Amino acid sequence: MSIRARFHIRQDAFELSVDLDLPGTGVTSLYGPSGCGKTSLLRAIAGLDHYPDGYLKVGRDIWQDAARFVPTHQRPLGYVFQEPSLFEHLDVRGNIAFGMKRIPASARRVSMDEAVELLGVGPLLERRPATLSGGERQRVAIARALAVSPRLLLMDEPLAAVDAGRKQEILPWIESLHRELDIPVIHVSHLPDEVAKFADFVVLLNDGAVLSSGSVQEVFSRLDLPLAHESGAAALVDARVAGFDETYRLTQLDFDGGQFRVTSGPMPTGSPVRLQVAAKDVSLTLERQAGTSILNILETTVEEISEEGEAGVLVRLRAASTPLLASITRKSAHELQLEPGKTVFAQVKSVALLT
Amino acid sequence: MISETDLVALSVTLKLAAVSTLTLLLLGTPLAWWLARTRWRFKFIPEALVALPLVLPPTVLGFYLLLFLGPHGPAGALTEALGGRSLAFTFTGLVIGSVIYSLPFVVQPLQDAFTAIGRRPLEAAATLRAAPVDRFLTVALPLARPGFLTATVLGFAHTLGEFGVVLMIGGNIPGETRVASIAIYDHVEGLDYLQAHWLSAVLLLMSFLLLIAVYGLNRRFRMVRP
Repeated sequence: MSIRARFHIRQDAFELSVDLDLPGTGVTSLYGPSGCGKTSLLRAIAGLDHYPDGYLKVGRDIWQDAARFVPTHQRPLGYVFQEPSLFEHLDVRGNIAFGMKRIPASARRVSMDEAVELLGVGPLLERRPATLSGGERQRVAIARALAVSPRLLLMDEPLAAVDAGRKQEILPWIESLHRELDIPVIHVSHLPDEVAKFADFVVLLNDGAVLSSGSVQEVFSRLDLPLAHESGAAALVDARVAGFDETYRLTQLDFDGGQFRVTSGPMPTGSPVRLQVAAKDVSLTLERQAGTSILNILETTVEEISEEGEAGVLVRLRAASTPLLASITRKSAHELQLEPGKTVFAQVKSVALLT
Repeated sequence: MISETDLVALSVTLKLAAVSTLTLLLLGTPLAWWLARTRWRFKFIPEALVALPLVLPPTVLGFYLLLFLGPHGPAGALTEALGGRSLAFTFTGLVIGSVIYSLPFVVQPLQDAFTAIGRRPLEAAATLRAAPVDRFLTVALPLARPGFLTATVLGFAHTLGEFGVVLMIGGNIPGETRVASIAIYDHVEGLDYLQAHWLSAVLLLMSFLLLIAVYGLNRRFRMVRP
């Protein structure tokens, strides 16, 4: 399944033209500054707003083209608004059951119990929305959207209306969503951290157009795009737990391009993890160093170099298929005679676990 | 004590108020919904029309209705052509007059209630597979409940107190169009202050209790809402 979306959105404050081919699995983030039209695009995909000349095909179903416009209530989607938007006249159970009751039993793939358990809202079922905290309300809203067994889940900055403390309360639930359910998610965000954590695929929006789209690893490491520079320059690596070294208490994480050994405590073997490798924690050598305290040394190829500030450069490396970033001085780059295609060894001083 | 004829007048009044309120809710709900939702640039025109009875002397309204419903008016001609009699000086005529006269008291609270709900809960319902009529019945109506309560009681109470319109188009037919407010007027005209006192007190008490109910219940609704 894949999603094809073509819209020209014109509103008072902005215009946005997109022509997108999105993967039909995993989490896709629509990322861009506030006011760039991310939410409008999501609403257009949901059919909440109708822009003429749009085209939208989800899997084999056409939701909008020149001849037809499937109304929102006939689209098999789930939508989580920025504010929870619960029905105040119903209790939590009534809210979650609202959509579920309206789909045929044969289409139910997420049960009430599953939705309730996944979001941890069991103890809240008899409560009225007015008595819930912001974080609880948003969890109920997510459970309610899941309970319609959507074939596509749309989330509009589900954490934006929640204060910082409550975010920590919701984050794990959202993470478990896409691990436990095989539902493609399109997610709107203006926070690089959120994108780095959740997204598999990113659409970068700016100035009314798509700046770039691609896998989160590629987009975060593209030197010509703002993300590599904005987010404190860091590469994202998807790895799998390969084992645990009992003697030294180190977790081994395999990825396409090598292995990281990190101090994280034991994790179940085979479980997927996402790592963030900051460019400033990566140094480069021409030969593999012996006699160093650095554990994680990877053989990589230089792909691209771009100047960063007055004295620095940002180097994009590739270890097998995995892109990495290194932030070094212009002088070092000159002395190592770095150029695209050259093989260098990346010494990674530290790795952050995002999952 | 209240005389037999005054009791009849009271019962006509209550019946008129009940039928008018029911009609008003049936007509006013879709109208208020439309006014609350439409983005039509000229919606202020129907809004002004709905509000007109608030400022118009009831006699003016009654006068035009008399012309319209009477045997020489378009509606009167129509009903007579259909084999009936003209609607002037009938209970049905009174209902028509009351409905127009009390329209703003029903439409405005409903419109305010629908506006206060906003689009969001209805959009949420749409993403949860609810079709438009379903959304209206299961989301908009229950959320607008305080508005319905206010509209019902104000519509009812306002019709109880109607005088000018009835005077013009109702005539004074006992058991059909003689309502309490007219009966009071007759008593005062005939200097029968005792009877006027009784009937007035009943109307006063009834209206007051109704308003107490609205304000009390609305306060309770507000307290359970966030």
